[in-house]
Amino acid sequence: MAKQIVKMNLNGQEIEQLVDSRTLLVHFLREQMNLTGAHIGCETSQCGVCTVDIDGESVKACTHLAVQCDGCEVKTVEGLAEGGVLHAVQEAFYEEHGLQCGYCTPGMLMTSYRLLQDNPNPTEDEIRIGLSGNLCRCTGYQNIVKAVKSAAVKLQQKESATA
Amino acid sequence: MIPPSFEYHRPASVEEAVGLLSSLGSEAKILAGGHSLLPMMKLRFAEPEHLVDINRIPELKGVRVIGDDIVIGAMTSEKAVIADPVLNAKVPLLPEAAKNIADPQVRNRGTIGGDIAHGDPANDHPALALACDAVMTVVGVNGTRQVPASEFFLGTYWTALEETDLLTEITVKAFPQGAGYAYKKLKRKTGDWATAACAVVVALSSGSVSHIRITLTNLGPTALRAYDAESILMGKSINDDLIRQAAAKAMEICDPAEDLRGDAEYKTAMAGQMVQRAINEALAKAS
Repeated sequence: MAKQIVKMNLNGQEIEQLVDSRTLLVHFLREQMNLTGAHIGCETSQCGVCTVDIDGESVKACTHLAVQCDGCEVKTVEGLAEGGVLHAVQEAFYEEHGLQCGYCTPGMLMTSYRLLQDNPNPTEDEIRIGLSGNLCRCTGYQNIVKAVKSAAVKLQQKESATA
Repeated sequence: MIPPSFEYHRPASVEEAVGLLSSLGSEAKILAGGHSLLPMMKLRFAEPEHLVDINRIPELKGVRVIGDDIVIGAMTSEKAVIADPVLNAKVPLLPEAAKNIADPQVRNRGTIGGDIAHGDPANDHPALALACDAVMTVVGVNGTRQVPASEFFLGTYWTALEETDLLTEITVKAFPQGAGYAYKKLKRKTGDWATAACAVVVALSSGSVSHIRITLTNLGPTALRAYDAESILMGKSINDDLIRQAAAKAMEICDPAEDLRGDAEYKTAMAGQMVQRAINEALAKAS
């Protein structure tokens, strides 16, 4: 009885899965859907490595039940690139050296992606506040902030090119 | 860390939620934003057999103005509190203070009602509710009742809510014209609870204090209202000496629990600093 059918749109695909109600979203993604991009870090909603996008908001998947996603649109870092082409935030993190060990990177990318959807031209302060729920122990954050600024420019250029 | 097994329920209305709570009794817990309850379940501090998820009840979300009342749905997220135009115009303390709660992802999920109903003295909304003279609307099996914030917080993790009650709304009034406000929160890092925090609302009339609230977070078993500190300032033209006296009075009611943020003496001293800073900032905003 503790299992429930959960339907969601995961990275653009409609899925239907039987889920134990106590399963956390991050475990569902990693163990049931084999999407290991969202990492498990602190498990206490401090570090942000498990950040995914649910219905257009960044959420820490370690503190969210998979059954709560029934009927939702969920996007993970695996859903960022399209047709084998990196998303602008991924490209910018790569170019600006916005990562070293890479453990925090999926969460950083997903939070940055949402930040730029909501605020296409953020100030440095807005970037730092926007990323304040994501911890990185390697970079000292400077290059991450640079990467988000660079991604903002890339996204605006893409927008004006298609307009 | 995985929570213990439970049965998951997702009511679509307040009526359905209260029905579930009354039939399931003490084995059920309400799931709001989940950022206090799920961590407690992972640690087995809470092991409910049933979770009643109230996230899909539309009537519990958003801010409405009804006459003089500003009615905040209990499931309004911190993010929505920060962005809400009515709150920013009429009760600006709430959005300003909410910016200091947790971090952006947690503010997307965390709700004002969950923060209040949890009864944790480390949460920020209880002291804010006291500072805003908030009234809680509680729906239970025997109907709806109104509980003022001053009678709501009874102890640590203990509120006026019965097991089968649902907190549905938080009602506040607009601040007096020209009121100043501040929430000063000392914390070690983003996402931390307060080492000490103080909310102040102050209004002046011909230079003298005509309305004042001084409330404290994480400095006792519940959020505290510093009545004696308010009395020192009420009716007076405020100066630095009076502010120091008020801070000393506020420190007298502090009884913080010792933890990694500091011992009782340090936290009480920091409470005094937060009170002085909050009064000064609120005065600077008052007109």
